[in-house]
Amino acid sequence: MPSPGNGEGMLKVNNIEVVYMHVIQVLRGVSLEVDDGKIVALLGANGAGKTTTLKAISGMLKTEEGEVTDGSIDFDGKRIDRYGPEDIAAMGISQAMEGRRVLEHLSVEENLVVGAYCRKDRAGVKRDLEIVFDYFPKIKNLRHQVSGYLSGGEQQMLVIGRALMARPMLMLLDEPSLGLAPLLVKDIYEIIQRINAEQKMAILLVEQNARAALGIADYGYVMENGRVVLEGPAEKLRDNKDVREFYLGLSAVGSKKSYREVKHYRRRKRWLA
Amino acid sequence: MTFFLQLLVTGFALGMVYALIAIGFVIILKCSNAFNIAQGHFVLIGGYLGYTFLVPFHLPIWAALFSAIVAAAILGLLIERLTIRPLVGQSELAIIMMTIALASVLEGLATLVWGGEYKTYHGVLPTITLKLGGISLPPESLIGLIVSIVAMVMLMLLFRYTKIGLAMRATAEDLQVVQSLGIRATTVYAVSWVIASVVGVIGGILLGGVSGVMIPLAEIGLKAFAVVLLGGVNSIGGAIVAGIILGMLENIAAGYLDPLLPGGGLAQVFPFVVMIIVLIFRPYGLFGLTRIERI
Repeated sequence: MPSPGNGEGMLKVNNIEVVYMHVIQVLRGVSLEVDDGKIVALLGANGAGKTTTLKAISGMLKTEEGEVTDGSIDFDGKRIDRYGPEDIAAMGISQAMEGRRVLEHLSVEENLVVGAYCRKDRAGVKRDLEIVFDYFPKIKNLRHQVSGYLSGGEQQMLVIGRALMARPMLMLLDEPSLGLAPLLVKDIYEIIQRINAEQKMAILLVEQNARAALGIADYGYVMENGRVVLEGPAEKLRDNKDVREFYLGLSAVGSKKSYREVKHYRRRKRWLA
Repeated sequence: MTFFLQLLVTGFALGMVYALIAIGFVIILKCSNAFNIAQGHFVLIGGYLGYTFLVPFHLPIWAALFSAIVAAAILGLLIERLTIRPLVGQSELAIIMMTIALASVLEGLATLVWGGEYKTYHGVLPTITLKLGGISLPPESLIGLIVSIVAMVMLMLLFRYTKIGLAMRATAEDLQVVQSLGIRATTVYAVSWVIASVVGVIGGILLGGVSGVMIPLAEIGLKAFAVVLLGGVNSIGGAIVAGIILGMLENIAAGYLDPLLPGGGLAQVFPFVVMIIVLIFRPYGLFGLTRIERI
């Protein structure tokens, strides 16, 4: 299968294994690549290891008694899997964690400004604040509000905006569609696509909502049980029979999936082997 | 009426000092989620430092304050580096146990260096009194009032307008998020301990000027604890208001209730009775951070 670029990926995850608390193995050899300026989707069911993969990249694993025991992670030509989350953030990777983790008692604007903590260019931070408000006009009007009272969609916008404020080379987004109405998911995905195109930021997107993610991604990986079981350019994955059936809910082209078809059990098992 | 107002005003000044000490409590509570049992012992060290700089060293009050603040900052840094940083990621209980140990160590230090003797520097402070109608504010109270107001304003500015202040408030909310943004938790902890130690020491100098310094001065920590509970454990504004309330109540009780009983001592108890009553009706204190529940 072709790799996402020419093998010169900005982020390269090489066959990593992750163990929590010295005994629980969560990842069993995951490799993926994100190229400069690309959107890469990481798909899979609950417990497949998507979030763990993100945490391994961002170094957040170390705060949760997890450890990369094998393999390596390279970012921008440097091996990063030994660094803590603060150092990795300073290198240009920012993560919007799952579940809309806004700093509740801080105002919207403070939430955004704190995202730019590592930056020294004050003028640039100010400009980016306006850029964020430009992408999310809804939260501009709420800039002095306590962010804990924002709606779910507004909080998700705030969290993405905060990740943007760091001006990262790579943004890690963990389930930006979680718990949002379909219409809002569409809005947020459009903006993610715009951020990628206009700000030239690469994005690694973890999603359960495969339809939304493959709609904007250049390349995709499907994970299961701590392994990558399928990968390919997004348009190929969209047409892949298995992905259509298990993630997009379609069986034949254009028709809704029929639950009478029970064969999918067998096909699913083939992936795990 | 003048007597009442007099009690109120001196109580207010005293309360501001309590509030200042209590802020140290709140800051540690916010960043580490743990009660700093040693907060009162910073006050004790502060009292002795105040004595040292004012009496044997003959420094003017501002120089003594400044030297004590520098010493307190070093003490805070050392404590964070040596005792708190190794516990990052451990349970809050471990940190509380560590602060209990710290309390003993600081008390031992005070005994070792100053012999645990009663020291006083009552007459050393400049004698300025403020007169307003029939009310006069004695110099200790006036200095206490001015210094605590200045310290509080500086802290407010720090939290509102500086980068590290914002980082501290953010860390109080969600440590993981803050780390993912590149903020070093250890820096935030170090600054928090420096502030806790500095406000404790300043409070110690101010209180030592009023009543002298001895080992039991550390018990003021308990009063600061009451202030924190009354104000709502994680609210700095609440600590200020509660400190003032507690100071005023204590003074009023001392003025009106103590003469009624032979032995006195009601002044010490009365504020705690009020605290118990308030806590029964408002278990989160007067100004505890409201838990944000979206509807």
